[in-house]
Amino acid sequence: MRKLALSDEILMSIEKPARYIGNEVNMVKKDIDKVDVRFAMCFPDVYEIGMSHLGIQILYDMFNKREDIYCERVYSPWLDLDKIMREQDIPLFALESQQSVKDFDFLGITIQYEMCYTNILQILDLSKIPLMAVDRTEDDPIVIGGGPCAYNPEPLAPFFDIFYIGEGEMVYFQLIDKYKENKANGGTRLDFLEMAAQIEGLYVPMFYDVTYHEDGTIKSFEPNNVNAKNKIIKQLVMDISNTYYPDKPLVPFIKATQDRVVLEIQRGCIRGCRFCQAGSVYKPVRERDLEFLKEKAYNMLKNTGHEEISLSSLSSSDYSQLEGLINFLIDEFKGKGVNISLPSLRIDAFSLDVMSKVQDVRKSSLTFAPEAGSQRLRNVINKGLTEEVILNGAKLAFDGGWNRVKLYFMLGLPTETVSDMEGIAELSEKIAELYYQIPKDQRIGKVQVVASTSFFVPKPFTPFQWASMNTKEEFLSKARIVNAKMKEMLNKKSLKYNWHEADVSVLEGLLARGDRRVADTILYAYHLGCIYDAWGESFDNDKWEQAIAATDIDMDFYITRERDTDEILPWDFIDVGVTKQFLKNEWKKAKEETVTPNCRMKCAGCGVAKFGGGVCFENKN
Amino acid sequence: MKIRIKFAKQGAMKFVGHLDIMRYFQKVMRRADVNIAYSEGFSPHQKMSFAAPLGVGLTSRGEYFDIEVYSTDNSKEMLKRLNDAMVDGMEVISYRLLPEDSKNAMSIVAAADYLVCFREGKEPCSEWKEKFEQFMSQEKIEILKATKKSEVLVNIRPLILSFDVRVDAIFLKLATGSENNIKPELVIDAFCDYLSVQRKPFDIMSERLEIYGKSENGENIPLEDFGKDIL
Repeated sequence: MRKLALSDEILMSIEKPARYIGNEVNMVKKDIDKVDVRFAMCFPDVYEIGMSHLGIQILYDMFNKREDIYCERVYSPWLDLDKIMREQDIPLFALESQQSVKDFDFLGITIQYEMCYTNILQILDLSKIPLMAVDRTEDDPIVIGGGPCAYNPEPLAPFFDIFYIGEGEMVYFQLIDKYKENKANGGTRLDFLEMAAQIEGLYVPMFYDVTYHEDGTIKSFEPNNVNAKNKIIKQLVMDISNTYYPDKPLVPFIKATQDRVVLEIQRGCIRGCRFCQAGSVYKPVRERDLEFLKEKAYNMLKNTGHEEISLSSLSSSDYSQLEGLINFLIDEFKGKGVNISLPSLRIDAFSLDVMSKVQDVRKSSLTFAPEAGSQRLRNVINKGLTEEVILNGAKLAFDGGWNRVKLYFMLGLPTETVSDMEGIAELSEKIAELYYQIPKDQRIGKVQVVASTSFFVPKPFTPFQWASMNTKEEFLSKARIVNAKMKEMLNKKSLKYNWHEADVSVLEGLLARGDRRVADTILYAYHLGCIYDAWGESFDNDKWEQAIAATDIDMDFYITRERDTDEILPWDFIDVGVTKQFLKNEWKKAKEETVTPNCRMKCAGCGVAKFGGGVCFENKN
Repeated sequence: MKIRIKFAKQGAMKFVGHLDIMRYFQKVMRRADVNIAYSEGFSPHQKMSFAAPLGVGLTSRGEYFDIEVYSTDNSKEMLKRLNDAMVDGMEVISYRLLPEDSKNAMSIVAAADYLVCFREGKEPCSEWKEKFEQFMSQEKIEILKATKKSEVLVNIRPLILSFDVRVDAIFLKLATGSENNIKPELVIDAFCDYLSVQRKPFDIMSERLEIYGKSENGENIPLEDFGKDIL
């Protein structure tokens, strides 16, 4: 039996020791002496979160299909173990072999959200890998980052050797082959990074120099190494039904956040919501073939024993064969005790019919995401959902027996006025009133409308990348306006309003649109003890404020300042396909309250057609 | 049909808690294609019940749960299918058909065997073997047990059904189940009290060896012996 990295004594004194033992169903076992390359794949958050991530399951399967590579997993030790590992000087280990991360060839870190940045430093630190890429030696693993936050890698630039821009299925094997070649030739770390820089989609931050104007904006962003490309082109899987997807996903012992089979039905989104980064960077939408999905659904349920399957995509209702897929799942699996969990579908007759088949109507609630309280502001953000559609959907649902509705909105969107904010309360009220139009003897109790707002954070590669973001005070005063309006509504007892603290959103704003200078702030905050910033119990805003002050970060420059469209943005060196000109036009149209039709209605000429596939070429064969 | 399954839990699996082991076996049933019965209703669940929860940190060679199935292959085939669906450290030992009128395992559990071994350097004293014999020769072994309101003295000697001091471990047969229940930890607590020594943290490693149920004539017999192999 494998020897565990942690002693019984440690494992018995921490929460959920099963986080650290590996050995899960479908864990890949390999003889370490018979592989050439060891890859540690890390999700820098706690095990239950990391194990719920589909991307790692896909890459774990992909890497391990190759006999010469052994891919293992690493997650952030929880606060209790973190403390013990520091006190007792225990190096961070991978779950499979229970061996030190430091001894691996690669440490790959998926960067899914900004608030995990200090956990990345925790991972490096506990692994005893120098935090700064320039300090690493031939004995250290190559540290490579990927995932959505890699679309603006600059705040993390000094901590990574390489960033992988795009979808992981594409160029990893090229990179690993180069690594083996370099090792065989006795090449150095630097030699390898120069080889990596020549591969499409890979960005080696130390090969670039940035200079700044006096006002703090970027003056130049230039390669300092002949092997480094001027533009890094995002990598996309174009043949999405003929690629890596696990048949045997890992099954954790402890309950993970996503404790079910996840079937990714498509990538990308046809809709052009102007606040949405995923919608922009994963363009164009690429649908997976129905037969591919049926086979994967069957295999994954069989090999995991999960009792639930869930569909995943940015907008499942837009999947053209949704009806066929859902009917297949119900016919094939419903009778075998498998629950079918549907993602937030557009509420219409079809989805309500399906939902009534797969879930208990009385226990479930309906979800709408209008995102903004007025049609005017919904036009600004290009959210195609109209009040009429929402009310029709709600009416259908109430007739079908539902009586709970959840509504999601954002506060702080560009051009927002008081009447947009109050519109949140008014829309909630209209939905409640609709319910009470049903004759009393046909109603099932009271209606409950829960409206939640999050604070808008402008993201790179969206038309709002130039927008001013609100301050904490502005956010909170907006939430109070909504709350006060809710209290004025006739059916206020049926309405509930939730909003969050604004501290984290402001920090997220700094990290999302930050440049290389923000790396100092992250490092400073980490040295002050910040980790697990995404977790309320450990987030410490005072320490972050201290770090911001100590590293001379002007929050107005990064947060509230509206950028000039001619300014060099920190992420401009990345080519995501969607052109800067298109984003500028969309930013202009947003201010003019003009909508842009979705990709299936009319091509907007965003630029991603150059990838040669997906929705851009539907019905064009 | 009622089936009783016996399994072992070894190695790193001792860190997986009881509830997670239940979830693990629910998924095993699907992977091994066991034709298990489900309850009615909107979210049906498998008809499965465990005999006696095992604490985190303990290994076992004799854990049990009962299931209800609509149909089954023979025991040999089912053992193979179940064991093909196991992870390292988990092994299904027997798969037996119970008489239709059997009570479930949990309701008949009466005793369990344990092997308790002191970790090196964590023995309570050097002559612990002789001392343990002396400790057990007492007529009463009283411990303070916290109740909702206060503390009461409880005599645990009758709950230690038998014992045997072995080369490097203590074998204990302890009352287990809903009526009387004690754990090896408690016996070692009492032993250290008797020696007037402070217990060292993480001093013992315990393994459960077998669980017994009370048969109709009042005898304690291993739970698996209530059923028969399907040939």
